[in-house]
This record gives sequence, structure tokens and C-alpha cells, in this order.
Amino acid sequence: MIHFVLLISRQGKVRLTKWYSPYSQKERTKVIRELSGLILTRGPKLCNFVEWRGLRVVYKRYASLYFCMCIDEDDNELEILEIIHHYVEVLDRYFGSVCELDLIYNFHKAYFILDELLIAGELQEPSKRTVARLVAAQDSLVETAKEQTSSITNIIAQVAK
Amino acid sequence: MDAKSYAICFKPSSSALKRSNTTRNWYRVAKLEQLKTIGRELTKGSQGGFYQSKEFLDLVKSIGEARSKAEEDRIVLSEIETLKRRISEPDIPKRKMKEYIIRLVYVEMLGHDASFGYIHAVKMIHDDSLLVKRTGYLAVTLFLNEDHDLIILIVNTIQKDLKSDNYLVVCAALNAVCKLINEETIPAVLPQIVELLAHPKEAVRKKAIMALHRFYQKSPSSVSHLVSNFRKRLCDNDPGVMGATLCPLFDLITNDVNSYKDLVISFVSILKQVAERRLPKAYDYHQMPAPFIQIKLLKILALLGSSDKQASENMYTVVGDIFRKCDSSSNIGNAVLYECICCVSSIYPNPKLLESAADAISRFLKSDSHNLKYMGIDALGRLIKISPEIAEQHQLAVIDCLEDPDDTLKRKTFELLYKMTKSTNVEVIVDRMIDYMNSINDNHYKTEIASRCVELAEQFAPSNQWFIQTMNKVFEHAGDLVNIKVAHNLMRLIAEGFGEDDDTADSQLRSSAVESYLHILGEPKLPSVFLQVICWVLGEYGTADGKYSASYITGKLCDVAEAYSNDETVKAYAVTALMKIYAFEIAAGRKVDMLPECHSLMEEFLASHSTDLQQRAYELQAVIGLDAHAVESILPSDASCEDIEVDKALSFLNDYIQEAIEKGAQPYIPESERTGMLNISNFRNQDHHEASSHGLRFEAYELPKQTVQARIPPASLASTELVPVPEPMYPRESYQTTTVPSVSSDAASTELKLRLDGVQKRWGRQTHFPSTSTSNSTSLKTVNGITQVDGSNTANSRTRETYDSRKQVEISPEKQKLAASLFGGPSKTEKKSATGHKSSKPSSHMVKSHAPKSSMEVASEKTSVQQPPDLLDFGEPTVKSTAPSLDPFKDLEGLLEPTTQVSSAVNHSSTAAVTKSPDIMGLYTETTAGAHHKDSDILSGLSNPPMTNMVGGTTTMQVAQSSKGPNLKDSLEKDALVRQMGVTPSSQNPNLFKDILG
Repeated sequence: MIHFVLLISRQGKVRLTKWYSPYSQKERTKVIRELSGLILTRGPKLCNFVEWRGLRVVYKRYASLYFCMCIDEDDNELEILEIIHHYVEVLDRYFGSVCELDLIYNFHKAYFILDELLIAGELQEPSKRTVARLVAAQDSLVETAKEQTSSITNIIAQVAK
Repeated sequence: MDAKSYAICFKPSSSALKRSNTTRNWYRVAKLEQLKTIGRELTKGSQGGFYQSKEFLDLVKSIGEARSKAEEDRIVLSEIETLKRRISEPDIPKRKMKEYIIRLVYVEMLGHDASFGYIHAVKMIHDDSLLVKRTGYLAVTLFLNEDHDLIILIVNTIQKDLKSDNYLVVCAALNAVCKLINEETIPAVLPQIVELLAHPKEAVRKKAIMALHRFYQKSPSSVSHLVSNFRKRLCDNDPGVMGATLCPLFDLITNDVNSYKDLVISFVSILKQVAERRLPKAYDYHQMPAPFIQIKLLKILALLGSSDKQASENMYTVVGDIFRKCDSSSNIGNAVLYECICCVSSIYPNPKLLESAADAISRFLKSDSHNLKYMGIDALGRLIKISPEIAEQHQLAVIDCLEDPDDTLKRKTFELLYKMTKSTNVEVIVDRMIDYMNSINDNHYKTEIASRCVELAEQFAPSNQWFIQTMNKVFEHAGDLVNIKVAHNLMRLIAEGFGEDDDTADSQLRSSAVESYLHILGEPKLPSVFLQVICWVLGEYGTADGKYSASYITGKLCDVAEAYSNDETVKAYAVTALMKIYAFEIAAGRKVDMLPECHSLMEEFLASHSTDLQQRAYELQAVIGLDAHAVESILPSDASCEDIEVDKALSFLNDYIQEAIEKGAQPYIPESERTGMLNISNFRNQDHHEASSHGLRFEAYELPKQTVQARIPPASLASTELVPVPEPMYPRESYQTTTVPSVSSDAASTELKLRLDGVQKRWGRQTHFPSTSTSNSTSLKTVNGITQVDGSNTANSRTRETYDSRKQVEISPEKQKLAASLFGGPSKTEKKSATGHKSSKPSSHMVKSHAPKSSMEVASEKTSVQQPPDLLDFGEPTVKSTAPSLDPFKDLEGLLEPTTQVSSAVNHSSTAAVTKSPDIMGLYTETTAGAHHKDSDILSGLSNPPMTNMVGGTTTMQVAQSSKGPNLKDSLEKDALVRQMGVTPSSQNPNLFKDILG
């Protein structure tokens, strides 16, 4: 099971955190501090896995951003590495060549996408197309909702005139 | 916008992304990227998407530019102030509110407390528009944990949203359910979620399955009656839903393997279809067909086939196929390969598959990628349980990994070494571990590796001297990190000795301990736990061999008490040690003169704030004043192991009580007889139980759980189901007996549909279930013992074959030496039987008796300690393992029949299922229906008493074994030789082994 997902920049700035196991705010801060100390200092040719408090953290660096997932000891590390990559590919498809800035300003969208990909600490959908379709469906609904509200405000505005 | 903050674009470091089929270019000039992004931001702002105000963009920007953590914190704190003020204003437009919530999420993500806004996020999910609702749900799932007080406010909305006719609303609610619903609130949403399993949208079905999976993790009993639903979903025509169903099934199977044996065929056929690319193209990932589903299936098969020959045989073909098809050049291909290796090492061994696994491992280990080496080491650790000889082929690779600068790889290698430790290489391995332990700062890992050192030292110590020294090293460097129990074990070990009859060895052990401790005391800053051991040993044995005078030892003890004056426990140990020394002196008739520092110490303790210390000091004073005879009976020397008899009835007080009663005192009434009190307390107890087991109630009466169905005979119910749905209890139980050892046979009994935990049993006779399940478990364990014994025998004979063909490569002499000490050493069998002996005594005492135990006892001990199978003691003279010189075919032919019948039935149904209908949907139903047929076949075939089947199983194993011919005989002879000598190399006869092993 995946216990949490972290996105940290090379400077140690947090870009996204998702916790599937209960951690208090205090513990979260501590976890992030510990892990960024552990992961950001590792050289490029070393393993993409770190042992940490009896758990494993699998990380992968994309440009200046580190994607980290914390898993149980008996999980398949290579698989998690690919789940990270899978997530990046979905992000990439959604944003159209994703960059760190997309995630900084639209972090809530990154969350929505993550929610379609992982749930309760497990991979729920292995198909990129399905994830993309679901996210698009939600977005289009948001669009129509937006049009409606704007049309209503227009009507009100007209009535008010 | 400032250029600096945007200079952090993705740069071309990711070679991996290039692999993906989407044509993209990550190589871009940072400048261009900036412009693009800004443009995109602008267009998105106008298009819709998420409305971001200038304020928010500025906030993100300024945090991006912050040069220090302090500056960032300052910005965030001022943002929190602004939000606090704004968010409580009346009549905020929804859109504005949404932005505030997103800003709260941002603040919380940066590690600050945004709890003042939680309630607004909760309010937001009540909103009608999905746009707002979705943000609300996102925020609450990020803010709240399942035990937060606000959850109760959310449940109602979730209930409403689960009924929504817009599937996106349902999806949003289900996401929240997975994160927020706790054990108490499960009953509130459970019925609705079960309904959603039949929702027309696959996304909803998938999320509903995952929600149930989550519920199962939180409270297994809440969904245990829904197992049939999971089985149905396994044949869902959407592969995504099917894939999601594997998650809860994996958990269920982990907890109770035997109830799901009938699904083996279904899983195998699904895996086969996946591997043959029958799933839609969209599930391909880097040219691999649905690898994530493959991995999950392999994990499940590994569980189902574990030491179950019959189930494993169904898997061999498909696993072999996957081995062949895997593309070992891609990462995902290797992930699947690794999972195959795990599966192969878990199921009943098959030589061909083991060979493929060994090939894959050697490819991993030879790879340049650290990741693959890591996986290779891990896989090696799994495979050596079955074929120990494989480690030798890779010894150099292992040593390279051990010396690699990468900590992760190093630790993994230590784990491997830990698994392959024997009495011949324990010294090298433990030394290495201690060296590494000294070099790291990570307390968590230090504790782990220290306890591993202790465990190995206790199990395999070649000599007492070495053992004491090793323990000293561990305590010195990781003293305060090791469990206090380890220290107590060490004291007990020194006191009890190694359990042999000759006392000289024991007293040698003690003197060497005393000697080394006196030496170590010279060093500054010792850990408290270690000092306690030292004090205790010095007090007990310091003067025992007459080498050191009482005044010398007491002087040392006083020094300890003074030097560590802020550690009460150590001081208490020291005082008691002093008391013992003085007592022994007095008992021996020598005159005691207390050292001056000891006097001052006592004075200090007599006035100590700690009552414990005071008490000890007064006791010491009192003991010194007594005569030799009295002292000897208070503190006899070397009696720490003797039991003290406690008269619980306090009979020595009888006279006193009699006297008091005669004087008119009230006699004592036992608590149970004080009636009035009893009822009240009982009532209260019960009340408490009710509360804890049921928790919140959301409707007046719960639906009756499917208890009644459990007792209905199988035929009437099962025929209506698509998949074999094992609701009926009886067939399952009997099925269980015919197959492999159950991990916990209790699991079956907990699965009974009535929930009785936490509820007091008040009436009715005892159910008969517990007794059946226990009888099952004993018979199963016996099977386990025999099976595994045989398994290790075959493995061993293979060892001999490949051992000779091992190649020697040119390598540096140091490495060679290390390799030799880790892997080498002739006479495999001796080592093995030694380890077998050791492991049959899992506790911290060394081996005490060499009398062979009955195989059943050994087996049951095995299962309780969960020793790896290669440590199994095949040296024990069980009937089965020594028998094969007779002809096994003739003897047991008759008994074999039921097994063959069943397996043919199995084969038949599986082939029929696969060939009949080409489309996936049809296949699922077909297979499972076929599997169902098989189910009833098995039931009829195996209704004979379980013993028959058991023997049938072992027969086939022996057949496989006897084909090895001379090798087996050879190893048995060796074995016999070892038993004849009756040795465990560590304690009784170390010299003998020194000769053999060089």
C-alpha cells in the first residue's frame, strides 16, 4: 500500500502532498523534513529507493522535481517507480508537456488527477485514457456550470438594470 | 512576472519519459518555456478552469522567491492572517470562497495550520453545484483524518451525494468515503456503496470496490459478508473494475488463503488473457499488456500457491509464459519479472521455473542499474530459501553490493546476509554488521541491525567467548537502542549457562564475562542498559571464581554509581550488586569492611528521594548486620535461576488472622461473594461492551447479516451464483483440511457471520466451530512439517549437483577471502543440520537438549516462529523422509487416486473454459462457471477423511524426490553421520568442526 505521495522541488519546497495513512500535521512536517534531507542529497546513479523507518520510499526525479511515494516493505519497488511515471505521463497528457509551474499554479488539478489514479493507497486505474476521460468529464462539467452561473448573473444584471 | 521564479522548469534529465509513446520534447529552452507558461496561465485564467486572483498568483510567486525558510514562514503567516479575516466575512460569493479554500490547502501543504478554515471546507461540500462541491471534497480529504470531529458533519452529505444521479457527484463522494469514513461511520454508508457496485458507470463501480477495500482494512468484519460481491466484480466486463477488485481480494486472501483456492483457475485464466493481450490497447503500458494487473495477479497467485502443490501446478504454464514474454529492457518489464520471481519462490517449487528465476536474478545482478541490483539482491534473498546453491553463483556480485557506497543497496545486502547466516559464517557476517552499525546515525536502522546481530549471535554463536564479546560490542555502540529484553536475555544466558551438564564451561563463561566487563568499565559514557547488565553480572559472579577481591569489585560498583549518578536504575542495580557481594562475603565467613566511598554512597542513598533506592540501601544495611547463616538463606550464591516459591494463600498469616477474629474482627469476604456490588459492575461492563462494538447507529435496526445462509447446504445456494461463492461454511471447512497449512486456522472461525467479539456470551451452548478448527490446524501442521521436510531434501540434492560445477573467476584475494568466509566451506549438510537444530529452539537460550523431537512438534514450532523453510530440520528422523528406499509407488498407489481425479477435473474445466468463447466477457463467466463445476468435483473427490489426501500429497513429493537417486542417498548418509555425532557445532564439539571446516 502507498502511505503517502510527496512532490518536492530540488530546493526542498513542497509541491504536493497526499496522505493515505493517518499522519498528524506535526508528523507530516517531520516526515517531509526527514525525507527531503534523505532524498535530495542522493547522487544520480544510486538506487531510486530509500529505506526509512521500516518502510521504503521510492522516488524519481523529473528535472527539478522529485516524485516520492512511501510504500510497505513487501511492495514491488519497480512497480511503484512505474506508477510514478504513469502519473507523470497522465499529467503530461493533461497539461500538454507539463512543467513544474503547471503543478505550482494548478496544484489542485494535480490532486484531482491523482485522485483518479490512486485511491486508498492503491492504483485504481491503469489506463491513461480512462483517467484522461474522467478528468475531462469533470472539467467540462465545471465549464458548463461556469457558463450557467455567468448567464444567471447576466440575467440578474439585466433585470437589475 | 519575475523570471527567477520561473527558471525552475523541467530540464532534460528524464531519459525515461522519452520512452513513452507520446511524442514530446522535454528539451526546451527555459526562456521559451517561461513565455509559454505565462501564456497558458493567462489563457486558462480567461477560459475558466480555475479562477485565480492576482492575489493568489502573487502569493505563490513570493513564496517561490523566498530565499529562506524563515522568509517563507513569514509570508505564509501573513497569508493566514488575511485568510482568517476574509473567510469569516458574511456573504462571500462562492467563487471567492472556493479560492480561499484552495489557498488554505496551499497553506496547509506548506506545513502550516489551517484548521480555522476546516469548517468552511465542510460547508462547501453541502453546495449544490459540482464545481464548488468538488473543491470542497478535495479540501476535506486533504485536511481531515478519519478521526476528526468534523467527520460527523460530512457523513450526511456523503449519504446524499452517493444517491445523486450525476455520476461525477457520486465519484467525488466516493473519493471522500475512501479517505474519511472511519470504523464507526461505515454502517452509515455501507448499504449505498454495495448498491453502487451495480452502477452503470464503470468509474463508480471501481471506486465503490476500492471503498469496500478500505473498509475491509479498517474493520474486516464490516464487509466480510460481501465477499461474494467481490467475486462477482472479478468478472466485470470493464478491466479497470476487475483490476480494482484484485486489491480487496489480495487482502482477503492474505488473511485466509484456503477459502479462495477455488479461484486459482479464474486468476490463472485472467492472467493468461492479460498476457496474451486480450485487454483493450488502452491498458498497455510501454508495450507491455496491462503490467499493473499482471503484477497484482502474480502476487495473488503467490499467496494461493504457497506450499500447495495442486494449486501451483495450475500456475506453472502461465508463469513460465510471462517469464518468456517479459521485456527485460524496460523498467516495467523488470517489475513484472521480479514479481514472477517472487511468485516462483513462494509457490510449490518447479525446477524449470526456478531456473528461469535464477536466470532473471543473474541478469538483475549483472546490470549496471542500482535499482536492478537492489531488486536482484532482494529476489536472491527469496530464492535461497528454496535453492540455497544459487547464492554461490553470485557471491562476487553480492560482495560488490555490500561494499557499494549506496546505503540502500548495502542495507538490502545485509538483509540477504542475515537470511543466509549459518554457524560457519556467523562471525564474518556479524562483524560486518557491527562495523556498519557503528558507521551510521539512523537510529531506527541501528536498532534493527542491532537486534539482528543479537539474534544471530544467540542462534549461531561458535563460542561463549565470542558471544560475550559480540554482545559487548552491540551494547557499547547501540546500547540504549536495543530492547531491554535483550539485556535481560543476556543476563539469563550468563546465569543459566549454555544448558550443558558440565559446570566448568558455565563458570568459564561467567569469568570471561566478568573480566571483559571490568575492562569495559574503564571506558566513559556507557549506555544505561549495558551498565545494568554489568552491575548485575558483577554482583552475581564478580567474586565467584576468587580472582578478584570483594573490595576491588565493590570499588568498581561504587565508581559506577557515582559516575552515572543521574541514572536511578543503574544506581539501583549497583546497590543490589553491592548487597550480593557483601552477602557472599559474610556467608563465606570473611570479615566485611566497607570501603569509605561505599559508606558515603550508602548515606546518600539512605536519604534519597527515590523510595526504591532508599529501600535497597536500608536492605543492604540490614543484611550487613546479620550473621552468616541468616545471610546465606537470604542471598544464597549462584541461585539466580532457582524459582522462588510463593505461598499465594499467605498461610503463614493464619495464626494472626485467627487471633484477630477471636478478638472480634470481621472475617474477609472474597470479592466474588460480595453480591450487591457484583451485579452493578457486571452491568456496567456489558454496557461498555455494547458501546464499543456498535458505536454510532444511523438507523433504527440493522439488516440481519447473512448468518442463516451460512448453514444452508451448499448445493441449493451455490447454483444461483455466477462465480463460486463460498458462503456455506461446511464445505469450506472440509476443503481446508485437504489443502495446504492455513496461516491462521482461526481466520475461518472468525469469518462466521455472527459477530460475537466484544459481546458477552450469555446463553446457548458453545458452538461446535472452535473445536473443528483446532483439529484442523493440528493435522495441517503435520502436513506442513512433512511437506517442508521433503522439500528441503530435494533442494539439498540439487545443491550437490550444481556445487561442483561452480566456476572460479579471477578476483582480488581480499574479496575471494570474504566470499569464501561468507559462502564457502565444504560439507553443506553438516551446516544445515546444525542450523536445523538451532532453529528448533527459537528462544534465546542456546540449544539445551539434543533429543529429537517428534516431527509434529518441530513443525508447530516452525510455524509459530516463522523460520524460513531452509532452516527446517530435515535431520530429524521423521518417518517420511527416511522411507524412500522402499518403493513408494506400490505402497501408496491406492491413496493417490483422489488427487489425480481432482487434477484431471481441474485441467478439463480450465481448458474447456479457455477454448470455448473468444470474447473476454464470455470468458470470465465461462471460466468461473467451469471453476464452479470443479468446486463440486473437489468436494466429492475429497470427502474421504483428510488423512488420505495428506498421504497422497506426500507420495507425489516422494516420487519427485526418488528420481534424484544417488544424490539423495548421499545426502541422507551425510545426514545420518551428523546425527551420529550428535553435535551442534557451537557448543559441544567445536573442535571437531574446526577440523572439518578448516
